[in-house]
Amino acid sequence: MAEDTNPEDSTAQTGPEGTAAPAPAPQAARPAAPRPPTAPAPNLAGKTTTAASAGGAAARAVTAGATKPAVASGRDPDDASPLLTRRAWMGLAWGAFSAASAAALAATGRFMFPNVLNEPPQQFVIGFPNEYGMGVDERWKERFGVWIVRTPDDMVTHASGFYALKVTCTHLGCTPNYLSAEAKFKCPCHGSGFRLTGINFEGPAPRPLERARIVLADDGQILVDKARKFQYELGQWMDPEAFLAI
Amino acid sequence: MAETKTVAPKEGLGTRVWNWLTETQVWTSIFRHNRPDSDRNRVLVMLSNVFLHLHPVRIRKSGVKLRYTWCMGGLSFFLFLVLTFTGLLLMFYYRPTLEYAYSDIVGLREHVPLGIMREMHRWGAHAMVITVWLHMFRVFMTGSYKPPREFNWSIGVIMLVLTLLLSFTGYLLPWDQLAIWAITVGSNMARATPFLGYEGPGAALLRLGDVPLIHAYDDARFALLGGSFVGEGALLRFYVLHCVGLPLAIAVLMAVHFWRVRKDGGISGPL
Repeated sequence: MAEDTNPEDSTAQTGPEGTAAPAPAPQAARPAAPRPPTAPAPNLAGKTTTAASAGGAAARAVTAGATKPAVASGRDPDDASPLLTRRAWMGLAWGAFSAASAAALAATGRFMFPNVLNEPPQQFVIGFPNEYGMGVDERWKERFGVWIVRTPDDMVTHASGFYALKVTCTHLGCTPNYLSAEAKFKCPCHGSGFRLTGINFEGPAPRPLERARIVLADDGQILVDKARKFQYELGQWMDPEAFLAI
Repeated sequence: MAETKTVAPKEGLGTRVWNWLTETQVWTSIFRHNRPDSDRNRVLVMLSNVFLHLHPVRIRKSGVKLRYTWCMGGLSFFLFLVLTFTGLLLMFYYRPTLEYAYSDIVGLREHVPLGIMREMHRWGAHAMVITVWLHMFRVFMTGSYKPPREFNWSIGVIMLVLTLLLSFTGYLLPWDQLAIWAITVGSNMARATPFLGYEGPGAALLRLGDVPLIHAYDDARFALLGGSFVGEGALLRFYVLHCVGLPLAIAVLMAVHFWRVRKDGGISGPL
């Protein structure tokens, strides 16, 4: 492209020279060109003025007119005009480059999201109901992040049975501790406190702990699904799957 | 350069060695100017050095006045160099895995000579956050953010954010309870990112039919943590960001920042 960068060459504004625009190699292909052989072809790329556009359009029109008879039976063997104008080729090249760059960028972004996670499952089976006594059971807290609470009288359904509380504080996501002597869950980060029902009563937590889906599996074991959460303030603890009546 | 060297009438051994040394090709390749004893040579000292050329050739008298600049920008840069050096040393011992991270941190104190290396890195980091804030405060109070320096102010704001992010990512690496829960709390803010956090405003709008496009496993917080909670993915990501990604970004911006100070007429002076 070095020979095309002559800033003096603004032939795009003139008609006759505009016809030379599509010629990629004027010296070789057009020995009879009125211009000196060393004269560079007009560089239309990057010119955004209306004059340049008009010149380009004129060039295309002239080119199209010149090749029109040859179009029907294929190209005239003597027709040295390129199939692709320089401008069109540059547009194509930049377009392809931009598309490839965008694709590479998207792929880089996607790379940051793995397909497989080495994390505990959201849904798990925790044994038979008769393996649990009344009160808070902490055996799955570490592994799955739930407290299994068995109560004789649930605050919402007034039935006896199980609910699964997620161990994530509703303030900023720390894990509260179960304080059996005080019968509450207490978050060590900012002091939020929750009753065994999950209802918040002290500290900055804005809403109760979330309950997870708890049902009986086909084999009679308790199945907990953390992917489905039930929020008290939305009235979701009334949902039949938020509480397992036994 | 073409100046002839004035030769003392009686040369001692030291002078002769010095003269020989300063005429070797290696010496003249590195120092392409004479001693900075004239204005021209002093300018050449700055211009012919890739590191110094970011700096202005001349600065105003007020630019070295401690009462005016507080030297907070310079101190921030100095602390960045300290942190780069000590951080590099720490990397020889620290392994960013759940199994080793905490014990390596303890080992850096107990098993490695000069057990204060990690403390230097830690306190240096705290100090850098302070000096960067004070630098910003000084620039604000002296009005140095005004045109033509408004672009450089913006660069500085980005670098302030990068400094805080460096501090944030470094905070997780000791992998103690404080670190894990601080990053849990901090990264939970990313859940509320508009559109890109799954609990943020507008995120619920991004859905195809019943399928949410933004959920807990593909939102901004997930990208930060490499998981749905602060675990091994988060430790590794924070480590890579802390040691490579963010320092690289801030180093490039520092080069622009210093260069821009020169281009905008040097350190601003009192009006």
